[in-house]
Amino acid sequence: MSSNGVRDGYNFAYLDEQTKRMIRRALLKAVALPGYQVPFGGREMPMPYGWGTGGMQVTAAVIGRQDVLKVIDQGADDTTNAVSIRAFFRDLTGVRTTERTEEATLIQTRHRIPEKPLREDQILIYQVPIPEPLRFIEPSEVETRKMHALEDYGVMHIKLYEDIAHYGRIATAYAYPVLVNGRYVMDPSPIPKFDNPKMHRSPALQLFGAGREKRIYAVPPYTDVRSLDFEDYPFEVQRWEQCCAICGSRDSFLDEVIIDDRGSREFICSDTDYCRSRTEQAVDNPSGARPGTDEEAANAEGARNAC
Amino acid sequence: MYVAVKGGEQAIRNAHELLAKRRRGDRDQAELAVGQISQQLALAVARVMTEGSVYDPELAALAIKQSAGDLVEAIFLLRAYRTTLSRFYTSQPVDSAAMLVERRISATFKDLPGGQVLGSTFDYTHRLLDFKLLAEGDSEVAEPAAPAPRQTDDGTMPRVMALLEQEGLMVCESSQGTPPADITVDPPAYPCDRSARLQALVRGDEGFLLALAYSTQRGYGRNHPFAGEIRIGEVEVSILPEELGFEVVIGTLQLSECEMVNGFSRQADGEVRFTRGYGLAFGQQERKAMSMALVDRALQAPQYDEEIKAPAQQEEFVLSHCDNVEAAGFVSHLKLPHYVDFQSELELLRRIRSARADETMSGENDDEQ
Repeated sequence: MSSNGVRDGYNFAYLDEQTKRMIRRALLKAVALPGYQVPFGGREMPMPYGWGTGGMQVTAAVIGRQDVLKVIDQGADDTTNAVSIRAFFRDLTGVRTTERTEEATLIQTRHRIPEKPLREDQILIYQVPIPEPLRFIEPSEVETRKMHALEDYGVMHIKLYEDIAHYGRIATAYAYPVLVNGRYVMDPSPIPKFDNPKMHRSPALQLFGAGREKRIYAVPPYTDVRSLDFEDYPFEVQRWEQCCAICGSRDSFLDEVIIDDRGSREFICSDTDYCRSRTEQAVDNPSGARPGTDEEAANAEGARNAC
Repeated sequence: MYVAVKGGEQAIRNAHELLAKRRRGDRDQAELAVGQISQQLALAVARVMTEGSVYDPELAALAIKQSAGDLVEAIFLLRAYRTTLSRFYTSQPVDSAAMLVERRISATFKDLPGGQVLGSTFDYTHRLLDFKLLAEGDSEVAEPAAPAPRQTDDGTMPRVMALLEQEGLMVCESSQGTPPADITVDPPAYPCDRSARLQALVRGDEGFLLALAYSTQRGYGRNHPFAGEIRIGEVEVSILPEELGFEVVIGTLQLSECEMVNGFSRQADGEVRFTRGYGLAFGQQERKAMSMALVDRALQAPQYDEEIKAPAQQEEFVLSHCDNVEAAGFVSHLKLPHYVDFQSELELLRRIRSARADETMSGENDDEQ
């Protein structure tokens, strides 16, 4: 370990400066064309493709010594891959890491947007497996690039319509396509559609990196992000009849946990930091006087009984 | 109260310790040396160097040792190391006509300048397990009385394709003088240039290319191949430093090169000529070089106005799926947690089913009324 906290023999944040510059140029273009997929010379990273190499390259390109990094996977800071990526950047940048959303300046995420609203001084970096929202309708990249250029998005609406015809509703629950800044249809990465509304006019810069597919795209702060829908079948998000078994939240995305071999289940917040901070506040303030909180949230055990 | 599983960090550490232990195996056995791998598993080393895009038998052997013999993992290790290397020079093109040939066969001519040189090959061996190799200790290996390859007067072994070109029977390959693409630096764009295509195929998974090549032989994009020439041997690599102004040889590479003679086609000048496919790999890798040559020819379909209907002829399909580091990564990522996406699907499926149940119920009520 060298004096600046970076593993010996490696550049700050692993990538060499020329590669970082190349990625930053792609990022600038992406910010200038919200929702447009910018091809970039994606590098091989020491982690497998599909495990967040795109997000890691974007993080490596924008991270500075003053940054505070948070890494989540499925909303949680302690899932194995989030642990691994966080350790990688701690090892190769020496920057401070955190699990608290409000403390982070950079948040690299897989499949979730934190529940706490983000601010202007934060950047959210998404890991993207398949950046092309039209891919499962048209497998050829040559064709999909043409479709984006011509704003030829009819097939996407047909797909959504066919869902309604077959299942009575739009049968896309995650990676739900959005229209960015009224121009490009974009894949928001496999976040649940529950998170789509958080992208709309978010004060935080949102960057997307797809390593294997070698594409970068972005949603600048305060940009319109509309989930595709129909007037008579408006976009709607998931909701649960249960509340979080730990903090009692009724507003967060809940993961289902099977707790015995008879299939009994509980629901808990997927955003572990959100859940923990609510529980802490409840402990600090057991009278339940915290504004905007359901009363049952004041006591975790009570919350379970209430649900 | 249920608490979500914690302790990922410790679990990862334990898993890696266990991996190291399993890799080492039973300690009653001597530890495998990197030198043993590079010498005695040379064909595995060749594959790792080719698909890993680094010619370094020692590093490739190290990768094989570290990956416990999982070659796709070894290729990945070598690739990840490769990205951290600085590039000082681009070498001059190697000249395979000047190869120091160890093996050279042609299936198109019984004899030809330089002759047929069988070299070392599994061909014509009877695939009978040799139980003598089970015995410990160095078994006697006879020193073969290999005749030195007949070379022509100028010391080189002319290529079969050049002989056909001279007669005007073979389409000529010529350099356009443009610098070759580098898919490890620039993202691929389709349709791509031949140099990018060949680079992708060299790095491509041997098994995938073998299957595609085989499919062309079974009629999915048939291209009437003959193994015009396969040659294996050492070639010199040189660089041309600008400040010196002359070429400096920096080392040698062992290469396997395959040139396929394929079905003829009428050319723009009205003449009918054979077409060709090209395959190249580090070390002794005939299967890879031959598969690559067949797929390279299949991908030339548009150039000869052939109807593109088979998978092997579809450039975007072949090139975007032939890389095993990309493919293995994306397939294996299914092991990562997908709780959130699966929860979303569960919620959706339950909602669709309950809506249907409601409909059925109200339908029954309608009947009663």
